[in-house]
Amino acid sequence: MASTLSLTLRIWRQDSPQVKGHFVTYEMDDVPEDASFLEMLDILNEILIAKGEEPICFESDCREGICGTCGLMINGQAHGPQKGTATCQLHMRQFKDGDHIVVEPWRAEAFSVIKDLATDRTPLDAIIKAGGYISVNTGAAPDANLTPIPHQTAATAFDAAACIGCGACVAACPNSAAQLFCSAKVQHLNLMPQGQSERWERAEKMVETMEEFFGSCTNHGECEEACPKEISIDFIAWTNRDYIKSKLKNRSLFAQK
Amino acid sequence: MSTTTKTTTLTETQGPSTGPSTQGTVRTPAPAASAPSAEFPVHPKPRVRLPWPLSIYQSAVGKKWVMALTGIALLGFVLVHMIGNLHLYEGPVKLSEYAEALRDLGGDLVPRTWILWGMRIGLIAAFGLHIHSAWSLTVMSRRADASYVGGRGYSAASYASRTMRWTGPIILLYLFYHLADFTWGWFNPDFVRGDPYHNVVASLSSIPVAILYVVANVALAIHIYHGAWSMFQSLGINSPKFNPLRRRFAQGFAAVILIGNLSFPIFVQADVIDDGGVSVVREHEAQMADPEEASGEEASGATASGATP
Amino acid sequence: MMEAMNSRVPQGALAEKWANYRSDVRLVSPKNKRGFEIIVVGTGLAGAAAAASLGELGYKVKSFTYHDSPRRAHSIAAQGGINAAKNYQNDGDSIWRLFVDTIKGGDYRSREANVHRLAEVSLEIIDQCVAQGVPFARDYAGLLDNRSFGGAQVSRTFYARGQTGQQLLLGAYSALMRQVAAGSVELHNRKEMLDVVVHDGRAVGIVVRDLLTGEVSSHSAHAVVLATGGYSNVYFLSTNAKMCNVTAAWRAHRRGALFANPCYTQIHPTCIPQSDDFQSKLTLMSESLRNDGRIWVPQRGDDKRSPDQIPESERDYYLETKYPAFGNLVPRDVASRNAKSVVDSERGVGERANGVYLDFADAIAAQGEDAIREKYGNLFDIYERITGENPYKSPMRIYPATHYTMGGLWVNYELMSNLSGLFVLGEANFSDHGANRLGASALMQGLADGYFILPTTIGPWLAEQLGSQLVPTDHPAFAAVEQEVNERTQQWLATKGTRSVDFFHRELGKIVWDYVGMSRTSSGLEKALSEIPALHEEYLSDVRVLGSADSLNQSLEKAGRVEDFFQLAQLMARDALLREESCGGHFREEHQTEDGEARRDDEQFAHVAAWESNGDDHIRHEEKLEFEEVELAVRSYK
Repeated sequence: MASTLSLTLRIWRQDSPQVKGHFVTYEMDDVPEDASFLEMLDILNEILIAKGEEPICFESDCREGICGTCGLMINGQAHGPQKGTATCQLHMRQFKDGDHIVVEPWRAEAFSVIKDLATDRTPLDAIIKAGGYISVNTGAAPDANLTPIPHQTAATAFDAAACIGCGACVAACPNSAAQLFCSAKVQHLNLMPQGQSERWERAEKMVETMEEFFGSCTNHGECEEACPKEISIDFIAWTNRDYIKSKLKNRSLFAQK
Repeated sequence: MSTTTKTTTLTETQGPSTGPSTQGTVRTPAPAASAPSAEFPVHPKPRVRLPWPLSIYQSAVGKKWVMALTGIALLGFVLVHMIGNLHLYEGPVKLSEYAEALRDLGGDLVPRTWILWGMRIGLIAAFGLHIHSAWSLTVMSRRADASYVGGRGYSAASYASRTMRWTGPIILLYLFYHLADFTWGWFNPDFVRGDPYHNVVASLSSIPVAILYVVANVALAIHIYHGAWSMFQSLGINSPKFNPLRRRFAQGFAAVILIGNLSFPIFVQADVIDDGGVSVVREHEAQMADPEEASGEEASGATASGATP
Repeated sequence: MMEAMNSRVPQGALAEKWANYRSDVRLVSPKNKRGFEIIVVGTGLAGAAAAASLGELGYKVKSFTYHDSPRRAHSIAAQGGINAAKNYQNDGDSIWRLFVDTIKGGDYRSREANVHRLAEVSLEIIDQCVAQGVPFARDYAGLLDNRSFGGAQVSRTFYARGQTGQQLLLGAYSALMRQVAAGSVELHNRKEMLDVVVHDGRAVGIVVRDLLTGEVSSHSAHAVVLATGGYSNVYFLSTNAKMCNVTAAWRAHRRGALFANPCYTQIHPTCIPQSDDFQSKLTLMSESLRNDGRIWVPQRGDDKRSPDQIPESERDYYLETKYPAFGNLVPRDVASRNAKSVVDSERGVGERANGVYLDFADAIAAQGEDAIREKYGNLFDIYERITGENPYKSPMRIYPATHYTMGGLWVNYELMSNLSGLFVLGEANFSDHGANRLGASALMQGLADGYFILPTTIGPWLAEQLGSQLVPTDHPAFAAVEQEVNERTQQWLATKGTRSVDFFHRELGKIVWDYVGMSRTSSGLEKALSEIPALHEEYLSDVRVLGSADSLNQSLEKAGRVEDFFQLAQLMARDALLREESCGGHFREEHQTEDGEARRDDEQFAHVAAWESNGDDHIRHEEKLEFEEVELAVRSYK
């Protein structure tokens, strides 16, 4: 049997968005090192249920770092200490025996706490709704190989498209800005030849919708550090440029440039 | 497997006081339990769309763009100002000539000081916009942020980036002091209008004032260290080809300004810059009023140049 | 029932059926489309694609997901790729070849016409996805790249690094959000469908529970579309996401929809073995790893040396020895069963002796570490993050895990179940993969159903409804179902037992895995059929669900889902017991060749077993599978 840990956990408990929350401290022994962070919480929940206490509410789904459902603030770091790793892929071997771990939900004014560690991230969908798509109806597509896309362009677009929408960038940002999320989607589509006809409108609408909910970027770079997909803040710069261009361009002329 | 919780006792209603008392609770307007946050914008869209180009300034990204552009103007000013001040090392006469030359910019094409005033107005506008955009974006971010009760860790944000909202106001306060000290002469008992060399020496030879200048210029350098990099991001000037240069540019710029500006109080304190309390301008004016002491001009000029390294 | 089970396959030659169908199908005029309301449950590839496409056509669509956002469905976790018979590589691929490969891969237990249509539509899917901005891998000329997948002889798999499912889902999600913005789709997130409402023999709506407030509400429509995924989580440990469940499909089944071939489950051979008793799920490592990794175990079970200390002569490369032609690239079911048999013979590796080695030492020696990192770096990182072991230095440990379920609600050619007005798409239906699914075909089917098939095949049903009014949600039919849903929800809170839902789910999973897993015997299945009901009874009386029904309560959500898994598990065992043959993912130890290969019985079992719910009992119906164009052959990978 692999070795185990004893931990002191301070976990945020809150019954609903309308009431105040507080920290509760739990002492745990014999936490397997091979367990993931969420499995550690599963174990804790089993114990709580056995004791007749309501289990801790936290969200997760795929548990392989791709669906973006999970996300906890662990010791002040979004998704915890391991770089490029979502909470579900964080394993307890990253911690030491006797560690104190503070667990909080994602926080931002636009993200209300639903219960305990679960947060409402629907404003991210509002940003996508504003223009995070290429308007092509089913059946209207030309042959897939009609437009070659340079290898490098496709790769860079992919780097942006890898975003899992977890909201760690907002959670980690001292300004609660969503620039990394928004710019990842804007740039994924703006880099692709297929995305050109809506490029300026997309940049304008998505950025302005983002600004209805989130703070303003001051280029700290915390988001890039917290991002489980390590998406670069270069995309933020490119989106800033696209946004300003969208305001300056005569879109009836040079939309393709 | 014998995992146990020993206690579930300690309960805190509030963590360390790191934020407003509403943290972790209800936002306003409080969403009903079922209503998604997406229906409650934190900053509703501006009710009135201003005409172009003012509309650009209505968005945060637009404000950051203006902040970066005005930042460039201010960087230019800070650099030219610092370089101009290096005339201190050439003595009071050269420095006064430089000051005069600024007023004479534009030669005979425009009335005297018009260009200088144009630059001053531009500078004031840049300061104004820089400060206003910073202020309103800070307000926006404050409203968007809900602080962590258990505290927040920083892994990428530099000391400089985190203190922009402190170094900015420090620089602004310093700027007022600086103008009051050297331009308006409020704090300097030995102020001589039109003799910058004398005024600099008179002010900076006081230890508290010298310290104040050092502190303020360190704040300025820290501000530049982040700002001169950050402006590239805000303007969207970003390419893998030159991205590493952006950081080096900011570091270099901050260092040049820091070294240049710190040299003045240090060298005044070290008596390298010194006029022995004698103002060339005052002497000169006195001379003009009393031609008998005409010989004094050369003498005092020699004193001054003698003090120049 | 036999009338309802008419597959409605169109007339004509196989290759012309879909074209004929589209030429003859009844259409709904644009003006009338606005009058039709359609409910789509699920926002994975099939659901999001269908909701978006129906919205584009002008229908009034309501889309339901239990996630906070439609972008999170488990389609997102598919790694490998998506097949399409584009023949961009000029290697002889064709619609026909993709069709034959899929039929053969499914071990001749799928409907020819459906599979051929799938192969035809595969071309349009790639076009559509590229137009949406899906960043597929490209070669240096900027054209689409392909790879060979799962032992296929042609390179027809389109991929986006190891995240193809994610990119395709984000494409479908963006199309869906565009329709939400346009107002043609009304999105209902965090609403879990808990029942279908049937009135006058047709599906007229659904009842959902708001997961945040617990509010139970009814929604009425002219057609109900279920795209709610598969039921691998019946095993508790699977590669599926934690929330994946059978509830929507099962509740529809309880209301009269036939459940077809529940025993067809797919086991994926390359997953990371369980590391402790508290493990919550298993993680899949892409099958592509088998292209370069060599699978082996020590020859002696008691050999506890570290793998690098075991000399070549004392290793057993069992797949290479047994299947010299395909070696490590044998199909999923074959690779899985062989892994099980070596672990069962106590030669498993790792601390829990529950895996086999997948060794890259030779590949690294031959191609260099950089080449291997280029191909699999991402997967190696995942492996190291989960196990703490470095696969560049020591071999990976892998073991099979449940991954996909081919069984599902029975549908006809039009994707409508025997319940009129109820359509079922993607993994939730049974239609295209027979007894075993080929790699990179799940994404293809989900998108084919959602983008191209349903929007056409829903037409005739709706055309028939022209002029008919929606059944109002205050109709007694809705009220009755709402009440049942409320009672079921309250029942869990009222049980006040002693053990958690997860405890029972885990126990159920163990039984299903042991007896209805990779290989099955009649005695094992009988055992399952006696153990599952016993555990089920215990569950009903001893489960402990705390909290209330009027706020986010994850235990309560799980309780209902696990209940449905209990019922499904019994049907799976019964279906497996009655299918006295081995085919694809269903391996009955009694029915194997002397070499231990699956032995089909085409005489007796070339049919779909579709189960009708009859109270708590089930009636088995059969849909005979006619093979007009392909010849039934025995699979051999020797």
